[in-house]
Amino acid sequence: MSGTEPTWPAEVYRLLRERGVTQFAYVPDAGHRQLIDLAHADPEAHAIPCTTEEEGVGIVAGAHLGGTTGVLLMQSSGVGNTVNFLSLIEHCRFPFLSIVTMRGDYGEQNPWQFAMGRAVEPVFHAMGVMTLRADTPTDAVRTVTAGLDMAEVGGQAVAVLLTQRLLGAKKF
Amino acid sequence: MLERTPTLGALLAGTDDWLIVTGLGGAANDVAYLTDFAPRAFTMDGAMGAASTVGLGLALAQPDREVLVVTGDGELLMNVGSLATIALQNPPNFRILVVDNGRYDLTGGQQTATATVTDLEAVARGFGIRRTATVRAEADIPAARQLLQTRGDTSFVLVKVAPGPAAQVRIDRDGSRLRSRFRAYVLEGELR
Repeated sequence: MSGTEPTWPAEVYRLLRERGVTQFAYVPDAGHRQLIDLAHADPEAHAIPCTTEEEGVGIVAGAHLGGTTGVLLMQSSGVGNTVNFLSLIEHCRFPFLSIVTMRGDYGEQNPWQFAMGRAVEPVFHAMGVMTLRADTPTDAVRTVTAGLDMAEVGGQAVAVLLTQRLLGAKKF
Repeated sequence: MLERTPTLGALLAGTDDWLIVTGLGGAANDVAYLTDFAPRAFTMDGAMGAASTVGLGLALAQPDREVLVVTGDGELLMNVGSLATIALQNPPNFRILVVDNGRYDLTGGQQTATATVTDLEAVARGFGIRRTATVRAEADIPAARQLLQTRGDTSFVLVKVAPGPAAQVRIDRDGSRLRSRFRAYVLEGELR
C-alpha cells in the first residue's frame, strides 16, 4: 500500500509542526490515518485520542491558554458532537483550527452519512467557525496553510474540510 | 457532611502559583473567591463539561507548571469520557478535584447520579486514573492534599460535600478577558 499512499498528509503534518502545532487531538478517521500515525511517532508532539470530538475543542482551547497550538482532527460525523463546546471558542475568542474529513458529500453511498454531512457547514457557521474546502492534494496543503494563517495569526476559528473529491468516497 | 468552600480552601492551601481551570457554577465561584480573582484561575461559566479537557491541553502545554481542574459532579458527568483521554496522557503536573454535592445547583438542586448510585472515584479508577482519593471528613483532607500536591501519575480527588451555596461572589463572565489575562499571566514576557 505504501507505494500508492498520497503524499499530502505528510506535507500537511510538516506544515502544522513548522507552524508550531504541538497537540493533535483526534477522533480517528481513515482519512486522518497518516496524520495520526505521524503525530504518534513524533516525540516532540502530543497525539491525543479523544472519546468524543468535543474533548478536542477543550484541548485546543487549553493548549492556547498554555501558549502552544493544538489542532482537532475529526470526521464530519463528529462535528455535531462539538457544538456546545464551540461556544467556548466563540465567547472567549480562542483561535481554533480543525481539519475535518468529509462523509456524506461527493459520491457517498452510505445513506446514514448524508444528514450530518449536509449539516457540517451550517453547524460550524452557526457557531462562528469559518469553513474552507479542499478538493485536491495541492488544495489540501494550501488550504491548511490558509487555515493556519487565519487561526494562528488572525485569531479566528476555522475548519478545513477535506472533501470526498480529495479523499475518495468510502465503500462502507 | 463537609462544607464546600472551607474544605476546598483547605485542599488548596499552598497552591498559590498553580494554574486552575474550573467548571461552571459553584466550582467557579469558590475558586474565584479562594484565589481572590487571580488571573491564574480560568473560571468558566458555560460550555458545561469542558473543564477537564481545557485543563488537559493546558497541562500538556505547560509541563513545568502545576495545573488543577476544579469542577462539580454534574459538570464532570456531562463529559465523563474525558477521564479516559486524560488517563491515556497521564500528565504528571495535572490533577482533577471534583466538588461533589450530588446536585445540579444552578438549575434548582435536582439530584445527580452521584447522590445515589454513582461513585466518581471508582469511575476515575475504572477509566485508568491511577492515583485517586475520596474526602468525606476533615480527617481525610491531609492525605488528599498530599496526593494532589505530589507529582506522579495524574491524580483525582473526589470531595463529598453537603448541598449548600458556594461562595457568594460575582465572577467575571467576559470569557475573552479571562482568556487574555490568563495567557498574560502564564506567558509573562513570552507574549510579543
